Amino acid sequence: MPRIGVFVCDCGTNIAGFLDVPAVCEYAKILPDVVYVKENMYTCSNAGLQEIMNAIKEHKLDRVVVASCTPRTHEPLFRKACEMAGLNKFLFEFVNIRDQCSWVHQKEREKATEKAKDLVRMGVAKARLLEPLEEIKIPVERACLIIGGGISGLTAAAALAKQGIEVHLVEKDEKLGGILNDIYKVYPEDEPASKILDELINEVKKYRINVYLSSEVEKVDGYIGNFSVKIKGKTNKEIKVGTIIVAIGAKPYQPMYMYNYQEYENIITQIELEKMLKEGKIKGKDFIFIQCVGGRGERVRYCSRICCMNSIKNARIIKKMIPDSNVYIVHKGLQTYGVKYEEYTRKAREEGVRFIRVADSIPTVSSIEGKNGKIVVGFYHPGLRRKIELQGDLVILSTPLVASEDARKISQMLKVPLGLDGFFFEAHVKLRPVDFATDGIYMCGSCRAPASIEEAKIQAMAAAGRALIPMANGFVKVEPYTPYIDEEKCRACGMCVEVCPYGAMRIVEKNGRRVAENISAACKGCGACSSSCIHKAIDMRHFRDGQIIAEIEVID
Amino acid sequence: MKSVLIIGGGVAGIQAALDLADRGIHVYLVEKEPSIGGRMALLDKTMSTNDCSICILAPKMNECASHPNIEILEYSEVVGLDGSAGNFRVKVKRKAKYVDASKCTGCGDCMEKCPTEVPNEYNSYIDKRKAIFLPFPQSVPRKATIDKRYCLKLNKNRCGLCQKICKAKAVDYTQEDKIVELNVASIIVATGLSTYEPYDIKEYGYGKFANVHTWIEYERLINASGPTHGHLKCAPDGRRPKKIAFIQCVGSRDVKRCEWCSSVCCMVSIKSAMLANEHYNDIESFIFYSDLRVFSKRFYEYSKRGEKDYKITYIHARPGEIKEDKNTRNLIIYYEDENEGKVKELEVEMVILATPIMPSKSNLEISKILGIELDDYGFIKANGVETTKQGIYAAGCCCAPKDITEAVYQASGAACRAAEWCHA
Repeated sequence: MPRIGVFVCDCGTNIAGFLDVPAVCEYAKILPDVVYVKENMYTCSNAGLQEIMNAIKEHKLDRVVVASCTPRTHEPLFRKACEMAGLNKFLFEFVNIRDQCSWVHQKEREKATEKAKDLVRMGVAKARLLEPLEEIKIPVERACLIIGGGISGLTAAAALAKQGIEVHLVEKDEKLGGILNDIYKVYPEDEPASKILDELINEVKKYRINVYLSSEVEKVDGYIGNFSVKIKGKTNKEIKVGTIIVAIGAKPYQPMYMYNYQEYENIITQIELEKMLKEGKIKGKDFIFIQCVGGRGERVRYCSRICCMNSIKNARIIKKMIPDSNVYIVHKGLQTYGVKYEEYTRKAREEGVRFIRVADSIPTVSSIEGKNGKIVVGFYHPGLRRKIELQGDLVILSTPLVASEDARKISQMLKVPLGLDGFFFEAHVKLRPVDFATDGIYMCGSCRAPASIEEAKIQAMAAAGRALIPMANGFVKVEPYTPYIDEEKCRACGMCVEVCPYGAMRIVEKNGRRVAENISAACKGCGACSSSCIHKAIDMRHFRDGQIIAEIEVID
Repeated sequence: MKSVLIIGGGVAGIQAALDLADRGIHVYLVEKEPSIGGRMALLDKTMSTNDCSICILAPKMNECASHPNIEILEYSEVVGLDGSAGNFRVKVKRKAKYVDASKCTGCGDCMEKCPTEVPNEYNSYIDKRKAIFLPFPQSVPRKATIDKRYCLKLNKNRCGLCQKICKAKAVDYTQEDKIVELNVASIIVATGLSTYEPYDIKEYGYGKFANVHTWIEYERLINASGPTHGHLKCAPDGRRPKKIAFIQCVGSRDVKRCEWCSSVCCMVSIKSAMLANEHYNDIESFIFYSDLRVFSKRFYEYSKRGEKDYKITYIHARPGEIKEDKNTRNLIIYYEDENEGKVKELEVEMVILATPIMPSKSNLEISKILGIELDDYGFIKANGVETTKQGIYAAGCCCAPKDITEAVYQASGAACRAAEWCHA
């Protein structure tokens, strides 16, 4: 007979504030095979974990059920407590009574309590049938594929190579550097972009890095530790890597059919201005920068983070080149956050760059027309409470960075998600900002969200550091939620091979019979094979038919 | 394999420690408080997902505690350094806790019996804690500490109740500070932040008007495990507010005080206003801002959601003054209405001041000990993750105000670089 311990968490008031936790505890006591029940204020606290460990020993528990917040953040923690007390960690069952109960039924205390009881009853029913499992250890190739040879990709490459990792850097352009090639100077130090780039490329050259220019990644198969990658283009090659870093950057939005961009030669984009500055072709007296062209709800919904600073940088450069010029920045609230950028903005102000803040309504300017070779920009000035007009020899439209056209292709190829804004979607917004949810794949730079050069470099080091964890160890442990195949029942029909999205099933010959086999390292435990097997020959470990049916059967 | 020293056990220090430890590098995690967790452990929810802060941090704190490659030196301070990158020798003072950590079970009996109540810095001084204490329920390690400034036994040789009550016989009044020496290959500075107390901004009445609080206090007031169990209450009668005003840039972007932009406060106020409205859905909020800084991933969308779904009104103004109604203790805010060009009044029940993130109070001392430079304002001077000294890296708010996401990736970046010195 199993001996089950049930721990019900108050989660401060996150759970206890919305349902009757003592009643749930009392109820758990009468469930079959439950020999111990405990309420905790915070089961995840050191004390709560200690209680689980003590109870396992004192009450000889062989199954543990925790009813609390969410397995997404807390399942590993409770499993570890079980393991430390000598219990196989897969004899643990999580019951989610916060995210899926107390939080969604905040105004129905009684019903929420009843639902929590149901959930606990189901958890206990499954726990009775849990089996001990062992994690699968798979080797990790000490090589990394970096997609994108811009500032992020280069920084990550250098960081990895320094620590003895073989790096394969794939760049679809004919030269390294990405968007930095098109930029004159970089804020806040105002160093030439070419200098930053040369230094970095020289550093990369010092190490044994495989750079594939004018090439693209065509196909990626496999899983953490063991990806096989097909590169095509100038170089055609197949390589094996343990991890992948996505650093494909972003591109500036082209403001077609907006702000009369295509009507006048002296209405240009920021990136076109960079080119003019680089070539020293700047002339005129009046310069107007217009912020948020296409951003913040005009064409894309988000704020592109870097454009305010970029405009201020170029405004200062112009002011330095042409000291008697009038340089205006028309903005909807300057995004010059932090210490360095605020200081930088103050300097710009002191140097005579004029900032005009308009309301955050759409669009930034109400009229923009050519007149005698100049551009007249009209907008409503909230301070003066009337429309005013400025004349510019050159009007610079500050457009947002938008996702690269390759983002979708790469997301499909690597089976990693994009957010609604088209940028790559991280595993956890705050705690795993450069990881994908898929193990062994990481991101950095502006393909994650618009980033300054400094931010992109930090993220690149972070992504390299995260990728180094499995590569430095040389192995990784994966959850053993793999299919159990009843070879007697299997007819080798191949349905499971067809439905598996991860290429983790194959048909092999065993003892003179053809049967299905699972490649555990590639398996994600999704259960597609099991649910599609018409001969009922496949059962998922930890989600066995019997376990799931037991859960369903106890629902009234 | 050599070790890495991490100074500061907030989210940045924790992230760096776990990244290094997970790849087999030994880490000393030095924290001056009795528990790791830092500022994030004291926040309520975190923008832009409104995740419960301690709920997502606690698993990482516990992971540090149980990680075979991490040694937490809580209630400790770095006091000396020599050597160079690849081979630093560090002196760490382990302050006496007067509790034998190997015996203490964290049961809390001593805290119940201790007769001495002292201001609780972990709840922004809103309530009291005992002289023997745990900073907060999820403290890691969960071991009691006696605050020697207040303990009757240590100061006046009276009381001694905690020792009598302790079943584990863990209380030891004879403990003394100890210096330990560590050998490490590299160092990560993650000393975090301090906050601005706006007593000198007389026009907003902080410290004088009962219903004016800083955002740091608000984090505890709205927090379920805070002093009011998450119930917002106003003086004098404890009624809950229906209108709350948030004033941005109080002390920051101010050439006479803190010149920098504190980076997170706009989002913090939007989040705080959302939480108030989530608690009681008739609460209206007014955010007085200079530039609404909502620049990170999904932040702008979040600010719009606040306006649409959480009864937030954004007002572009820097209020000139706040006055208090003597009877109701309500607050009247005077500001210039930009649309009409007139001074207007807004009466609210509670005002929250968005005060800036300041350099950690330890920065000056630490910079001298480590021989690294500070910037003009007292933040650690950092280029990306590098300080001005080889082998010493920085992450988190110690080098500039930043949000959790930015602190976390900077910590991972610093860990990556710190590991370079561990192989030789």
